[in-house]
Amino acid sequence: MGILEVKNVGKRFGGLKALDNVNLNVMENTVHAIIGPNGAGKSTLLNCLIGKLIPDTGSVMFDGQSVLGRKPHEINQMGISRVFQTPEIFGDLTVFENVMIPIFAKRDGAFRMHAYEHMMDEKDIVAETEKMLIDVNMIEKRHEHAASLSRGDKRRLEMAMCLSQQPKLLLLDEPTAGMARADTNNTIDLLKEIKASRDITMCIIEHDMHVVFSLAERITVLAQGTPLVEDTPENIKGHPKVREAYLGEAAV
Amino acid sequence: MLGLNSKDFRLLLIVLGLTMLAPFILNPFPESSELAQFNAGYPDLMQRFVIFGIFAIGFNILFGLTGYLSFGHAAFLGVGSYAAIWMMKLLTMNVIPAIIMAIVFAGLFALLVGWISLRRSGIYFSILTLAFAQMSYALAYSVLTPITGGETGLQAKTFDPRILDGNAGELGRANLFGLEMSSSYELNLGAWEFTFNTGYYVAAVVLLIGFYMSIRIFRSPFGMMLRAVKSNQQRMNYTGLNTRPYTLAAFVISGMYAGLAGGLMVAMDTQVGPERMFWTASGEVVLMTILGGAGTLIGPVLGAGLIKYMENIISKINESILHQWFAFMPDGLEDLLISLIYPFIGKGWHLTLGLVFMLVVIFLPGGLVQGGQKVAGLFRRKKAEKSATATKPAE
Repeated sequence: MGILEVKNVGKRFGGLKALDNVNLNVMENTVHAIIGPNGAGKSTLLNCLIGKLIPDTGSVMFDGQSVLGRKPHEINQMGISRVFQTPEIFGDLTVFENVMIPIFAKRDGAFRMHAYEHMMDEKDIVAETEKMLIDVNMIEKRHEHAASLSRGDKRRLEMAMCLSQQPKLLLLDEPTAGMARADTNNTIDLLKEIKASRDITMCIIEHDMHVVFSLAERITVLAQGTPLVEDTPENIKGHPKVREAYLGEAAV
Repeated sequence: MLGLNSKDFRLLLIVLGLTMLAPFILNPFPESSELAQFNAGYPDLMQRFVIFGIFAIGFNILFGLTGYLSFGHAAFLGVGSYAAIWMMKLLTMNVIPAIIMAIVFAGLFALLVGWISLRRSGIYFSILTLAFAQMSYALAYSVLTPITGGETGLQAKTFDPRILDGNAGELGRANLFGLEMSSSYELNLGAWEFTFNTGYYVAAVVLLIGFYMSIRIFRSPFGMMLRAVKSNQQRMNYTGLNTRPYTLAAFVISGMYAGLAGGLMVAMDTQVGPERMFWTASGEVVLMTILGGAGTLIGPVLGAGLIKYMENIISKINESILHQWFAFMPDGLEDLLISLIYPFIGKGWHLTLGLVFMLVVIFLPGGLVQGGQKVAGLFRRKKAEKSATATKPAE
C-alpha cells in the first residue's frame, strides 16, 4: 500500500485535458519523482494533491483518507507539506519567526489566540526553532529578514519550515529551478541528508535530470496528462518510449 | 517590566510622560503672547488627541499587522457612541457602563461586518467595509431614527430615566463616581496658564491601557501570526493555519478599540450625531495611521495628534491674524505674502494636510516614525564619527 494513492484523476480546463486518467502510487519512505515535458500536467497534478485544485474525476487518498474537498490548511495538517517553485516564505518576518510559525501551527492547530504572552516566552517552541535552524545551518542568520536572503537560503529556509512540521509527505515543485549548479548540488545534498535523518516520503517534480537521477527511487513519466511509464531510474534511462517522448539528448 | 522588553517599556514610559504632562507640553507659549494661539493645551483638544489616538491604535492592529485596509472603521466609532449615550440615558451618567457597553456593541457589530467582509481581501475588502459604514450612516440618519435620533442625534436630557442615578429632574453631567468629566483645575504660573481636566486624564489613562495592550498584542504569537498573514497568505495555508479566524479576531479587536474611542467621545461630550460615521471619518483614521507609520507601535498616536493639531490650530488662523504677523513689512510685500499663505490656513487647512501627507508618503513611506529613526540615525552617526576622531590622537 502506498502512502499517497492517486486513482483515475482527470482535470479539464475548458477544452484542454490537463490530466487524463492519472494513476500514481507513492510508497512510504521513498523518493518518488514525477518528470515530463512542459505542459505534461505535473503542476496541475500537484495542485490537485494539496487542495488548490479539485479534480473533475477520480480520487486522491493520503494515508487512508481522501484529501478531496478539504481546504489547503486541513490537507497540510494531515501531514503533507509543500515546497514551491519560487520559495514561499514570510518575507517581512525574521528567519527565526519564519521557522517558529510552523512549530506553533503544529502544536496549536489552525487557530489559537495567544494575544497575552510574549512569543519568546514559549521556551519549548524557541528551543525547537533553534534546533531546526542549527540543523539546516542557518542559525547565524536568525535575525535577518527572510526577504533579504539569497535565493539558495530562501529555499533552505522554506525547507526548514516544511520539515519543522514533521510531515509524512513532502512535495517539492522543481526545488532547483533557476539555481546555479553549485546551489543545485547543495540542495541535492540537503535533500539526501533530510531523507537519511528521518522517516519521510518525498515526491519531487523536476526538470533537471541530474537532480532526478541522484535522488529518486521511483520515477513516473507524465506526457500530455497521462502517465507514460513508472519504473526505477535505471529502467527509465533505457526506456525507448521515454527517450522518444521526453529525455532526448538529456539522457545521452 | 510588565512583560515587556526594555525597549517597549521605554516606549510605554515615553507615552506615559507625554500624556500625563500634556497640559504643560502643549502650552509652551504664555497666555498673553501672540503665539498663544498655537497652544493646544485646552481640555477639548487634548481629549480629542487621546481619543483619536486610541482609535488609531486600534485601526493599526488591523491595518498595520494584517494589511487589511478597512474603510469603514467610523461605523464602529458611531456604534460605540450610540451604545454609550443610551447607557447614560437609561442607567447612569457614570461613564463606566457607557464605555464598557460601547466596547461590547462595537465588538459585536465588528464581528458581523468582519465575518462578511473578510471573505474578500485587498480592494474588495476595503469596499465592503466602506459599504457597511455608509449603510450604517444612512440608516442612522433615516430608518433607525427611533434609536439614533436621526439628524438631530441624541443628547443627555433632563427627563432621561437614568435608573441607577435616580433622576432628580435636572440635567446630569458625565462623571466617574461623582468626579465630573468637565471639571478642571487651572494652574497659573507667571504668564502661563495650565489646565488639568478630569475628562482628559480619564481618557489618557484609557489610552495608556490601550497602548500597553497593543504592545502585548504586537509582541505575542498572535501578533506574529497577523504579520505572517500580511506577508504571505499562501504559506499560511500550507503551514496548516487558517487565516480567517486570525483576521477576524484582529478585526473585532480593532473594532472594539474604535467603540472605546466612541464611548469616550460621549463621556467627554454627551451627544452623538450620525455624521460621526460618515466615510470621511473612516478616511481620517487611515490618514492618521499612515502619516504616523502603519505597523509601528507609536506611529498612529503621533499621526492622530498631528492631524488633530492641524485641524484645530491651523484652521483657526485667519486673514487678520496674518496681517498682524506681517505688519512690519512694506504693504505690497505684506499683501503678496498673505495672498500666498492664505490658501493654506483657515478653511484651507485640508490643503496643508494634503501636502504634508504627500510629502510623508513620498519621502518617508514609514511615516513620522521613520522620520524620527532617520534623525536619530543621523545623530548616532555624528556621535560615532566624533568618538572615532577623538580616539585618533591617542594612537
